[in-house]
Amino acid sequence: MDHSKKDSNTKRLIRVSRRNVIKGLGAASALTASGLVPGAMRYAQAQSSAPIKIGFQAHLTGIGAAYGRWYQRTTLAAVKLINDTGGIGGRPIELVTEDDGTDPKRGAEVVEKFATEHKVDFVFGTLFSHVVVGSAPTAGQLKMPYFVVSEGYHVASGKLNRYVFQPGITDVRSQVISMAPWVAGNLGKKVAMIFPDYAFGHDHRDFFTKAIAAQGGEAIKHIPVPATETSYTRYFAQIPAETEVIYHVMVGPGVLTFVKEMGEHFGSKRPQIFGFIDSLEAVDMASPGLEFLDGTYFWEAFPRYAQKDQSAFDKFYRQAVGVNENGAAVDDPKDVSTYSHMFGCWETLYVIKAAVEQSGYRSATPKDKAALIESVEAMTDFAESNEHPQGAKKFNGQLHQVFAHQSISKVEGGRLNVVHRTAIEDGMYEPEADYRTQSL
Amino acid sequence: MTGATPRRDWLLHLAVIALLFGVQFVLPAYHYSNVSKIMVMASFAIGYNILIGYTGLLSLGHAMFFAAGLYGAGLTVHHLGFDPLSGFLAGLLAALCLSVAIGLVALRTAGVSFMIVTLMFAQAGYLLTLYFGEFTRGDEGFVLKENLLRVVVGDTGFNLIDPAARYNLALLLFTVCLLGSLVLVRSAVGRVLIAVRENEQRTAMLGYNAFLYKLLALVISGTMSGAAGATYALLFTYVGATFAAIQYSILPLLWVLLGGAGTTLGPLLGTLLMFYLVDVSSGQTSSYMLLVGAALIILVLWAPKGILGTLREKRIPWLP
Repeated sequence: MDHSKKDSNTKRLIRVSRRNVIKGLGAASALTASGLVPGAMRYAQAQSSAPIKIGFQAHLTGIGAAYGRWYQRTTLAAVKLINDTGGIGGRPIELVTEDDGTDPKRGAEVVEKFATEHKVDFVFGTLFSHVVVGSAPTAGQLKMPYFVVSEGYHVASGKLNRYVFQPGITDVRSQVISMAPWVAGNLGKKVAMIFPDYAFGHDHRDFFTKAIAAQGGEAIKHIPVPATETSYTRYFAQIPAETEVIYHVMVGPGVLTFVKEMGEHFGSKRPQIFGFIDSLEAVDMASPGLEFLDGTYFWEAFPRYAQKDQSAFDKFYRQAVGVNENGAAVDDPKDVSTYSHMFGCWETLYVIKAAVEQSGYRSATPKDKAALIESVEAMTDFAESNEHPQGAKKFNGQLHQVFAHQSISKVEGGRLNVVHRTAIEDGMYEPEADYRTQSL
Repeated sequence: MTGATPRRDWLLHLAVIALLFGVQFVLPAYHYSNVSKIMVMASFAIGYNILIGYTGLLSLGHAMFFAAGLYGAGLTVHHLGFDPLSGFLAGLLAALCLSVAIGLVALRTAGVSFMIVTLMFAQAGYLLTLYFGEFTRGDEGFVLKENLLRVVVGDTGFNLIDPAARYNLALLLFTVCLLGSLVLVRSAVGRVLIAVRENEQRTAMLGYNAFLYKLLALVISGTMSGAAGATYALLFTYVGATFAAIQYSILPLLWVLLGGAGTTLGPLLGTLLMFYLVDVSSGQTSSYMLLVGAALIILVLWAPKGILGTLREKRIPWLP
């Protein structure tokens, strides 16, 4: 609760009224004239100093709250930094946050509220796939550029519309297929998959099964776990004896029980285990019962623990967001972040910044929005930088989807150490859609 | 209910409908869309109210009927290329068949058992929407493409997602449900349902087949909820498993209790108030559900019959 209070205070602090901006610009001009402020710290002398309003669709309550809280912190940190260093094209960001309760119906209402009540320029930040899919039609109908940070295979599948982009985080299909070569080459070829029995799990099942087969391996058993399950022992019993690798991905409140019961089931004699960090995002690796994970492997998008070869960009990003070298909050080492996902908010805001500046976007007119969308679609490469601390990326304007490096980490002594980093190309696939053919 | 003059009932209900028709010309865009959605969800609540308010059966599984309509319409339009009207009828039929089947089984129980049985059926329905993920995309759901939602009338046509079409079709659904519920509760059948609610044994002793009347109430209630679900899919273009989950069984209960169970206009009032309570309070604090909870506790303590139920008791005895 302390954090949400602090976050809302920060939110208030960074909401900038037109009057304050004008005052600020006046003061900035005086300081600039006196030579006291370095150039990068000034708002550029833009024709309009009105804020760019960005609607942040946040999961502050509901099943996505643990992620939502960290998405909010990352977003606030990025917005503060952008505003402190000159804003977007000389205009500060005014962030308007609305909670969607991690509900698709409310999500659509929130997008509508952003468009018609708050009159924002763009909406961004949605994580859970069902909220993205529930909200996207409204964004399309209202012609509202909608930047999601979800990792679902919904944008790239072509099922949404031209106004929806995912430029800050790779989709699950890309993540999954990029893992297969390393898993087959290093852990084993006979894989038993255990996954939640809904869309997210089905994406893992379908894409990994094909990807491992392409590596000469085989998914010898699919074990779907119903969403309402609270005990997992009977599912572990279904894992065939000849299994070389267990591939697991689990989300939700049952995750700790899942891992604990997996440990109890296998004891010290177990196959190799490979999982997705989604299972343990925001969970302390030192939690009781997780000792069993020592020696197992995880996919990570952005390594939670600062590595020996940590980049200067990661260092910068951690400091700005307030995350320590173990991936927890600086002011509360027990408050573990969702490090493999939340960087997407940071990077997406910088993509929006670049798109506004490149397209000459000024206001929420159909012409400016069209120019902005075409500008994002024309993007191809993002270099590793403070703006893209997770690493270099390739953006596919046809799919509205970004592709990135992924990491595989081994649990050693209660921390995750990176053992392999994929090439961006490992996660690329043949496009199934082209949003550019849709009218604006 | 005594001393009610039918004309006064009808005037009130027609005035509410006329008001809803009229406000569309002055509502700002955001609220225009909200009221469209509220009318659809209020239709769901009206269906729920027929069961809890007039027949005294508390179901904890009405999300399954809403979802039957939602998926009945959504899947047929999305996968089979049905036109919107056929899709709506498919949704209606799905909810009708489901409510008959569920009624035949669940109505063998009563009270708490009925609540548990309906809850379990609804949970099974929810899991089915996930199980058939190949068609439903499970929790993620799917979007109905705009080009599938075009309705052709003679030489012209319109799209269901056009805001004006959406508002007036939602109003049409609401009008049918509201006036249908008024006709029902004012009819001889409605009187028997109320008798079942008040004293089932005595009603049976008077020669009425209470089971059949309860089944009828459940079928009307479930079908109306399904009509709301089908309309939601077609007007708001999203179909997902969330609508089959437990919270969409609890929400109509809350809406009806807030507005007044056993009052025909209570569901609309409850849905409207709850929507704006969440909308306004969530803009102020992330603990908005606490405010919603506090509002419900106040309601239970000081107006246990809901807003219109209390008004009927104290001021307007003719309110249906």
